[in-house]
Amino acid sequence: MERDRILLAHGGGGSLTRELIEELFLPAFDNPRLRPLEDSAVLSLKAQNYAFTTDSYVVKPYFFPGGDIGKLAVCGTVNDLAVQGARPLWLSLGVILEEGLPLADLRKIVASIRETAVEAGVEIVTGDTKVVERGKCEGIYINTAGIGEIVTPRRLGVAEVRPGDAVIVNGNLGEHGVAVLSRREGIAFHTSVVSDCATLWQLVKVVLDAGAEIHAMRDPTRGGLAATVCDIARASGVGIRLQETALPIGREVRGACDLLGLDPLTIANEGKVVVFCRGADAERVLSAMKSNALGRHACVIGEVMEKPVGVALLHTVIGGERIVDVPTGEDLPRIC
Amino acid sequence: MNALVSTINELARRVGRDVRLMEVCGTHTMSAFRSGLRQLLPSNVRLISGPGCPVCVTDTNYIDAAIALCRRPGVMMTTFGDLVRVPGSPSAGGSLERERAAGAGVRVVYSPTDAVALARDNPAKQVVFLGVGFETTAPTVAASIVQAAKDGIRNYFVLCAHKTMPRAMEALLHDREIKIDGFLCPGHVSVITGAAIYRFICEKYKIPCVVAGFEALDMLKAIEMLLAQIADGRAEVEIEYSRSVNERGNIAAQKLLAEVFEECDAGWRGFGNIPRSGLAIRAKYAQFDAAKSLGVKFEAARPHPGCRCGDVLRGVITPPECKLYGKACTPTNPVGPCMVSNEGTCAAFFKYDRKAAT
Repeated sequence: MERDRILLAHGGGGSLTRELIEELFLPAFDNPRLRPLEDSAVLSLKAQNYAFTTDSYVVKPYFFPGGDIGKLAVCGTVNDLAVQGARPLWLSLGVILEEGLPLADLRKIVASIRETAVEAGVEIVTGDTKVVERGKCEGIYINTAGIGEIVTPRRLGVAEVRPGDAVIVNGNLGEHGVAVLSRREGIAFHTSVVSDCATLWQLVKVVLDAGAEIHAMRDPTRGGLAATVCDIARASGVGIRLQETALPIGREVRGACDLLGLDPLTIANEGKVVVFCRGADAERVLSAMKSNALGRHACVIGEVMEKPVGVALLHTVIGGERIVDVPTGEDLPRIC
Repeated sequence: MNALVSTINELARRVGRDVRLMEVCGTHTMSAFRSGLRQLLPSNVRLISGPGCPVCVTDTNYIDAAIALCRRPGVMMTTFGDLVRVPGSPSAGGSLERERAAGAGVRVVYSPTDAVALARDNPAKQVVFLGVGFETTAPTVAASIVQAAKDGIRNYFVLCAHKTMPRAMEALLHDREIKIDGFLCPGHVSVITGAAIYRFICEKYKIPCVVAGFEALDMLKAIEMLLAQIADGRAEVEIEYSRSVNERGNIAAQKLLAEVFEECDAGWRGFGNIPRSGLAIRAKYAQFDAAKSLGVKFEAARPHPGCRCGDVLRGVITPPECKLYGKACTPTNPVGPCMVSNEGTCAAFFKYDRKAAT
């Protein structure tokens, strides 16, 4: 491992591959399920229901303010489990490395994966490494799949939301997208915004334990809050009305969006959860959220109505109303 | 805020007839839709969108020429993002986005200076920047040409279709199909040009003009100012956006424009040729002019039959009156430029104002 860059041979399945796994990956993630380095991990399941999800990460650049692709690859998958009401247990980790990737960068990313996994309470139990020729990928791509144990007796889902529900978010919107864009080659601008990238399980757990009637949770990643409310309005056959004055959007995010012609509602988040709960339970959820560091700025941002069916609306600052829609184009490629 | 709306209502009552106000700036279009501003206006005041989206007013033959050019070996096409999805004429096929997917060198940049840097880094390529836009973007393109000249970069070219706003506004006033009672003048353009450029509209045509900023409140205030002028029977240039705009504008930017460009006639989608409404690269900088240096031909082009972007741009119809709107033409599968651009009226309508499935 004295060489300082990834070579094609690191992915050849020979001695360099073994070296990479044994010296870099295994020490970082060591646990009884990974340690045998068998072709698959053996897991013992006891609960009745499990959540299973996968996501791929191609963020560009792979280091960004507030995180990196490794942290993102854990948070993203763990959060997808969490919002389903599942305690995250195990992750798989597939990495595709570009020939020439500095080993120092890979070490940093692996350390970040480890740190985030520990924080989220998940184990990396199986993995894979491939190397592609220089120019065939940008540094590193990661895929993670995750398994979590469903801990909530009530079924949560995008189709469970009903009129009268409150819409609650745990904090400021749009920070991940703006942080990544601010370091993007060709756009780079100065901002102190950092990605909100964080594992949400602890926060979600507090919310689930608060005794509120929760109907759905979503992490508003790609497509932002707009995509989340549009999906839910459609799937549940309800109308959703957001209040623009209630939306937590920081000045710098707003400014960057103005500059780039973007709608902060469509910008990706990586540490946010949108909770749809019975209207009467909104206070309960809010105070539960606020007891957690990631929920300090939690607020009610809207309500669910019977009509218009399948549509999300925004009540604007000046008292007008407009549709909330998702972007169609490639406004923000490679954001996660 | 409420006070402003009630003043507007009061003025509208005083005017006592139907009033059509036109904004000619894509950012105004978006701001109006995003804020739901139209719903706050009295029933006899209509805010209509004009030719304010630079991508939308660009003639189809320009898109066709760009598509043909990017297919040439050795050409690296650079452009602002909005342009890549605009469809060319059906016979030219596709869009720059499709050409890129098929392997052509098409890059989205955020500033023409990035294109100059690409030219410097890729000396074997002919780097072409698509110069589209009004007085707001033209100075940055002028600056990129001056910089390329200064640095001796010989492989940077601009395919120039820049346009200027005042003559298009005048053309609208000559159009019998449209009746305009006042202009909400573009804030960004006016930062560069100064507000004085609209004076001839007030003097010659007795149409009030107010330069407006981009917040919904700016626009409401400007509408109030326009209605006050109409109620009083005045026609003046007033500046609502006084925190950024003055009478004279940005002299340095104007000098830069005059250094690189000269006035020319220009073809506008929906309008046809408008005399003295375009900017052409001066002979002094001809080597950077893609049309001259690379021998680009602009062939007569026919946009998609049935596409009424031209009528939308002139404010003759609203998007839902076009038969293609929302059916054959959607943001995912656009037929005309007004459905593509972030600042396009059809895209804004579709995104923010389509009738909910209630």
